[in-house]
Amino acid sequence: MMEQVIMNKLGFPILSTLIFLPIAGAALLLLIPRAKESLAKWVGLLVSIAAFILSIPLFTNFDKSTHLMQFAERHAWIPSWNITYYLGLDGISVLFVLLSTLITILCVLISWNSIKTKVKEFYISILIMEGAMIGVFCSLDFMLFYLFWEAMLIPMYLLIGVWGGPNRIYAAVKFFLYTLVGSVLMLVGIIVLYFYAGRTFDILELMTKTYPYQMQFWLFWAFFAAFAVKVPMFPVHTWLPDAHTEAPTAGSVILAAVLIKMGAYGFLRFSLPLLPEASRAMTPVMLTLSVIAIIYGAVICLAQTDLKRLIAYSSVSHMGFVTLGIFALNLQGMEGGILQMINHGVVTGALFLSVGAIYDRTHTRQIADYGGVASVMPVYATAFMIFTLASIGLPATNGFIGEFLIILGGFTANQWAGVLAATGIIIGAGYMLWLYQRVFFMEVNQKVAGLNDIDAREIITLLPMVLLIFWIGVYPNAFLGFMHESVKHLLERVNSGSVHEMNMAKNIMELIK
Amino acid sequence: MNNYLLIPFLPLAAFLINILLGRNFLKEKAHWVSILAVAGSWVVAVMTLVDTMAGKTINQDLYSWIVSGNFKVSVGFLIDQLTVVMLIVVTTCSTLIHIYSVGYMHGDKGYYRFFAYLSLFTFCMLMLVMANNFLQLYFGWEGVGLCSYFLIGYYFDKKSASDAGKKAFIVNRFGDFGFGIGIFMIFLTFGTIYYEPVFAQAGGFANNTVNFLGYDVHLMTLIALLLFCGSVGKSAQMPLHVWLPDAMEGPTPVSALIHAATMVTAGVFLVARCSPIFSLSETALMVVALTGAITSLFAATIGLVQNDIKRIIAYSTISQLGYMFLACGVGAYSAGVFHLYTHAFFKALLFLCAGSVMHAMAGELNLQKMGGLKKYMPVTYLTMLLASLSIAGVPGFAGFFSKDEILWLAYSGPSPVGKLVWAIGTVVAFLTAFYSFRLIFLTFHGKFRGTHEQEHHLHESPKVMTIPLILLCVGAIASGWVGIPHLLGGGAHFTEFMKPVLGHPEGHGTHSEEWMVMAVSVIAGFSGIGLAALFYLVRTDIPVKLAAGLSGVHKLLFNKYYVDEFYSFLIVRPAIWTAKNILIGITDAKIIEAIVNGVPKAIGGFSQVIRKVQTGFLQHYATIMATGILIIIALMLLR
Repeated sequence: MMEQVIMNKLGFPILSTLIFLPIAGAALLLLIPRAKESLAKWVGLLVSIAAFILSIPLFTNFDKSTHLMQFAERHAWIPSWNITYYLGLDGISVLFVLLSTLITILCVLISWNSIKTKVKEFYISILIMEGAMIGVFCSLDFMLFYLFWEAMLIPMYLLIGVWGGPNRIYAAVKFFLYTLVGSVLMLVGIIVLYFYAGRTFDILELMTKTYPYQMQFWLFWAFFAAFAVKVPMFPVHTWLPDAHTEAPTAGSVILAAVLIKMGAYGFLRFSLPLLPEASRAMTPVMLTLSVIAIIYGAVICLAQTDLKRLIAYSSVSHMGFVTLGIFALNLQGMEGGILQMINHGVVTGALFLSVGAIYDRTHTRQIADYGGVASVMPVYATAFMIFTLASIGLPATNGFIGEFLIILGGFTANQWAGVLAATGIIIGAGYMLWLYQRVFFMEVNQKVAGLNDIDAREIITLLPMVLLIFWIGVYPNAFLGFMHESVKHLLERVNSGSVHEMNMAKNIMELIK
Repeated sequence: MNNYLLIPFLPLAAFLINILLGRNFLKEKAHWVSILAVAGSWVVAVMTLVDTMAGKTINQDLYSWIVSGNFKVSVGFLIDQLTVVMLIVVTTCSTLIHIYSVGYMHGDKGYYRFFAYLSLFTFCMLMLVMANNFLQLYFGWEGVGLCSYFLIGYYFDKKSASDAGKKAFIVNRFGDFGFGIGIFMIFLTFGTIYYEPVFAQAGGFANNTVNFLGYDVHLMTLIALLLFCGSVGKSAQMPLHVWLPDAMEGPTPVSALIHAATMVTAGVFLVARCSPIFSLSETALMVVALTGAITSLFAATIGLVQNDIKRIIAYSTISQLGYMFLACGVGAYSAGVFHLYTHAFFKALLFLCAGSVMHAMAGELNLQKMGGLKKYMPVTYLTMLLASLSIAGVPGFAGFFSKDEILWLAYSGPSPVGKLVWAIGTVVAFLTAFYSFRLIFLTFHGKFRGTHEQEHHLHESPKVMTIPLILLCVGAIASGWVGIPHLLGGGAHFTEFMKPVLGHPEGHGTHSEEWMVMAVSVIAGFSGIGLAALFYLVRTDIPVKLAAGLSGVHKLLFNKYYVDEFYSFLIVRPAIWTAKNILIGITDAKIIEAIVNGVPKAIGGFSQVIRKVQTGFLQHYATIMATGILIIIALMLLR
């Protein structure tokens, strides 16, 4: 039995184009002589803009009245193993493709002057990264998905390892090992599914089958290994602060905005629909880990002395909200979770862009080296204030809508989870406003005196984020509307089937027997 | 006609114009945009008042804000009697304070920014009071909090100012934490967060209990108390009052507008708005009444010994807000809102007068360095004196009528704690009169105690500042005349007007009892004034001796009962300590990292591989390691 999909009717294979245009752009860059740095930049910029423009039909032509996969493309690829080249988007994935194409432009812009070595290679990495990210969100074949998933690892590893800070090698290797170990566990899970379901990697077909609970239980944890590391959930988060801190600005932005969303996306796309009974049974564990991440990540921010590290740890806290919303397993929580993934991409992406802008001027990440920046750089201070407010979930910004729906969903699922998560909002205001005070208020620190305010290029880089923050905050229905049908369909699937109690000891015992 | 939409959106437009064009184009003309906008809002508000008095109310959605499954909420407006009183208070005070600021902020380098924030604040405050659902109320609630943060920290290069702004925001978040959960409980109970259906159905849940975090509690008590958490934060009641005195770091017009007349009364507004819920829970009402009464006493005692002119008025505000909660808690919501309305005028006036004094004294705040100012600034002196007579509850002045109404309804109402809070309220009336006149006498009477240079500079403020003082003074005297009780031959029009929204409180007492309550409060007020006159005009040696004789008490009061120190010791420092020493120092560094870095080491020589990434073995090792384990598991599963 095959799930119905809506094939692409746009007149050009939009998803393939979005995946391979950046990769073709990267190939084109290879041909450019190393010395022509500014040509390389312009190629990078134009290719990323072209990809963004081509992705706009996804927003305008998306059919919001169905949960079915849209813009689908399907071709046989490796028939002997029944691997297909199968792409499609639904309401859960479509916004992430748009986010990826937008973020790539901003990453190119913010790196314009700050990347001075191996310029051509840098833009090649960024463009390959873009293609792979879009591929991950579009794949409907598990092998194809895995291919893109692993492919992302390499350019990101290079971005950190080549253009990163002083401790970049350690951070890059740590990032690589962490995610690789997780991914390999997932691969085993994929292979198990392949054989059990009668040799198919077709995700939609896999979703039509039911699997024994024992198998679901083990697959859940195999997938968990891959996805939890990416999110990152407590306690597998320690790669994130190092990777973020050492990565160049563009690397941090891509990591924060898109890459770590893939973990949460994986839960939504695979764990929940394929393993519904195990997912339901594991809810208490997942909610607990989410709440720990929210509070742990927030409290740890109070003691950070490094700008980027603080924002990195705040991601742990914010992504805790996302997983809380997803595993609340109700409509508000899940829609809030998905929206918060976009929000976090916008806001934390914007914060890293901003930090990058000032780092280019001062070359220090120590909070103590700043102070009084609002007096010297008023426009920059205004932008950073908007991002700060969105980060602490002020109403009329996007952060509020996401956090509100998540905590409402979390509270409905489990009162304690909702109440404890809400404390994260208090601490969040604490560390962000304290950060803002130390960097922007008080007397002007000698190290920042006389800095130039952000220029037109930097304003153009930050402006889309400001607009998105208010757009989502004031009229979130424009974005929530994409999700309703797909989320409803997913929840129907998760909440059907028999109920299993969470008894890890029993499951492990049965395996040993 | 949707004229009423202009009320909030004119100030929003002014904010956008000022923030975008102010720095480079409008500059020192920035005030025009903001003043015209808020004056326009005032005109429409008055028109709306006329409509409402004719019995016309509005409840309308503008557009759908958030839709997620069965959770639906719009940006929508409810204009009824309660809203319209708030509209008049907010737009009137805001307009006059805008005009005053032209003189007060003249020449400031962030002039456009100041007016932009004032406009934004006015917009948020109006959205708050005009909302027809809890989430939009919450939007306005957080919005005014944000503006308060901006304006307290307006002189952001001063550490104390930026500290105070941050403190205000974070302390309020503690209250909003409860408020937010209250909104969840409302949604889960009623399936909607619009006022109208919620209040209509509330009665049906009067006897329900609910399991909350493992405890079975009375549903309406729970919801009411959760909402009240928000009020406690926003209206600076104990134990979350600590932010308001520090908020005086902001420019004085801000203290008058936000921290006296409008924003801080939002908590009282919330309780009044949700009166259908609060009225279903005797426990919740009792908590509200006692919180209000204790706070008003507590803040008044601190106000007795402070020397900072603005902080005295700040403690006075906390104390008067307590009075309003006291009223709501005994079920006299309309009396609480009446006091909110009269208080807005005389308290805004007190702050603006204090600002006028500071203007003359080049920013000096210490009462002990003032004295004898009345001959230099007669308008400021006279208006401040009248405002103080009003707050002291001298018959005929606005404050008298609202205070008397509260005390009488506390005394005669059905509340089990009514007599107790009445007694506290009467003591507070005495203390209020005393500290208000201590301020007047120390500032304006006697001999000047500042430096010669300061004395040389003393001058009355410009007309742009004194005219708003005079206009507010009219309010401080006359605003109470709409609520003259039947006992004094009035019509109690205010209560009648509010009846459709807030109900009619029942007082059970004889006329002679009513006379008695009134007489006691008037005597309390006059003796407070008299004692202040004795201490600070006649026998100025007494307060000094008293302070020395009761040095323990004096120190306790002067240091505000050490509440700030207590919080710092209990919350702030432990949180940062935990983050530094436990989370970073132990959990992340010693436990998680030890495992992460330790596993490869244990497998053998992996740390060396880490140093030689470029060999390419890395991927190899990790893959083999993980696949090996997993293949075993997979085989077992597939058996």
